[in-house]
Amino acid sequence: MRFTTLIKHPADWMKGSGPHSDVVMTSRVRLARNLRGFSFPGYSAERQRVELLELARPCVESLPEMTDGYSEEYTGLTKIRKQVLVERHLVSREHAARAAGCAVVVDRKQSLSIMINEEDHFRIQGIRAGLNLRSAYALVDKADTALESMLPYAYDDRLGYLTACPTNLGTGMRASVMLHLPSLVLSDQINPVIKAVGKIGLAVRGLYGEGTEALGNLFQISNQHTLGEKEGEIIAQIEKVIERVVSSEMNARQKLLEDSPTMLQDQVGRAFAILRYAHILTSKEALNLLSLLRLGADMDLIPNCDRSLLDMLLLEIQPAHLQLSAERELSPEERDARRAEITRARLQMLTGPSNVSASNSTSEEKPSDSNDE
Amino acid sequence: MKCDVCDSEATVFLTQIINGQMTTVNLCDACSKAKGVTDETGFGLAEAFLSQPPPAISAETTCPACGFTAAQLKKIGRMGCPECYGTFREGLDGLLKSMHKGTRHVGKVPHQIVTQNALVGNLGHLREELASAVRDERYEDAARLKSEIDLLQAKLPSHA
Repeated sequence: MRFTTLIKHPADWMKGSGPHSDVVMTSRVRLARNLRGFSFPGYSAERQRVELLELARPCVESLPEMTDGYSEEYTGLTKIRKQVLVERHLVSREHAARAAGCAVVVDRKQSLSIMINEEDHFRIQGIRAGLNLRSAYALVDKADTALESMLPYAYDDRLGYLTACPTNLGTGMRASVMLHLPSLVLSDQINPVIKAVGKIGLAVRGLYGEGTEALGNLFQISNQHTLGEKEGEIIAQIEKVIERVVSSEMNARQKLLEDSPTMLQDQVGRAFAILRYAHILTSKEALNLLSLLRLGADMDLIPNCDRSLLDMLLLEIQPAHLQLSAERELSPEERDARRAEITRARLQMLTGPSNVSASNSTSEEKPSDSNDE
Repeated sequence: MKCDVCDSEATVFLTQIINGQMTTVNLCDACSKAKGVTDETGFGLAEAFLSQPPPAISAETTCPACGFTAAQLKKIGRMGCPECYGTFREGLDGLLKSMHKGTRHVGKVPHQIVTQNALVGNLGHLREELASAVRDERYEDAARLKSEIDLLQAKLPSHA
């Protein structure tokens, strides 16, 4: 499959929906695997990496899941194309920064991707919509079992799968869930939730942005430990925690609707207005406003707004996707203009937040809310 | 603010909460890329980055398989090759205890290893039978057992 064909189609997880799709955007599981007799990619010479690639790539391509898939060595990819793969969550940023001896193989549905010569020889990743870690694990487990019958894995009875970094030893498995938590952020309840999740050995990070700032109210929760627990136990624990975070977010949404409907309508309405009519949109502004619009869509404040329309837009307006569709490199200013142009076009079909329902639902509390008299 | 690694101006500030403990790492653009901290699928990077090699390993220890040194391990917080886990095993448990739930793998085992372990078990059994056949001067049995052992041994990877 050619790069353009791959990117032209949305990934399965973008189209579909899964359990708790209104809060959980994706579930991902990745396995780190290495071969005996080869140095880890971070320490091996280019010649060794190329040798491993030549040995491993045909095996990866031969997996039944990879029939008619996309397979590319990094020396054949432009910077923008690599970045597009990063934005699609098909390869990691670190892997995209590498060149000779590195390749990625992706299945048709963009659900399974296998990076060769990342930090480990293999990073096998499965991605599903909604809260569906078990299904994502089943996907990578199957590919892993098929690969190990063809290639000599580095494995130790006591330490499990041997990985470049000791933090990945054992199962080599990282299960992560991407969450959209606008109401917990709006109602200032996010920090206790993050702290509670951190206390039980899970890591929480913002998906975009640096440090503690989480753009677009997107958070990622994943397991920190990989040794001393079974894959199924790790996944069950994360799912249990995520269920609780989801119900906290849903409660917060309900409470916002009951206690501060005007504020909520205002936030969603402003987000819609700016996104619908702006001519310059920075990445940060767009992410934050789209988050509010997604909240509005989930709470039926915007009629007929399909969540997947917004999720696709979120991807389309990222820097590399913008440059790919423009077929050239764009300056940050040009990107901001193009981002606004695409956003305006995509939102054109929406009628916007319903004013009628707003005045109905807020009529009772209106006197106390208006302070402009 | 200065980068924790090279003293350039830090532009990436990574905060992680692990087991309720907040860790902050400040890095410049180049070092953050080198450490892969902007990789959103990477995890435990602050931990990996800040971790020190176990004190039991002397700085001169070098992996015979790949030439990786204890000094390099300290610098990058990662191993050079799978064999390094044997080379730098001393003191590893302490480090693993701080990062993981346990120090022993309990998850998936590759089928190859399952089969191999079964083969090794069988081999042990056959060798015992061979020894007793020789002891009892049952030379026909011994010859048969010897050829079975050779067959099994051929199925095992050479260095297993």
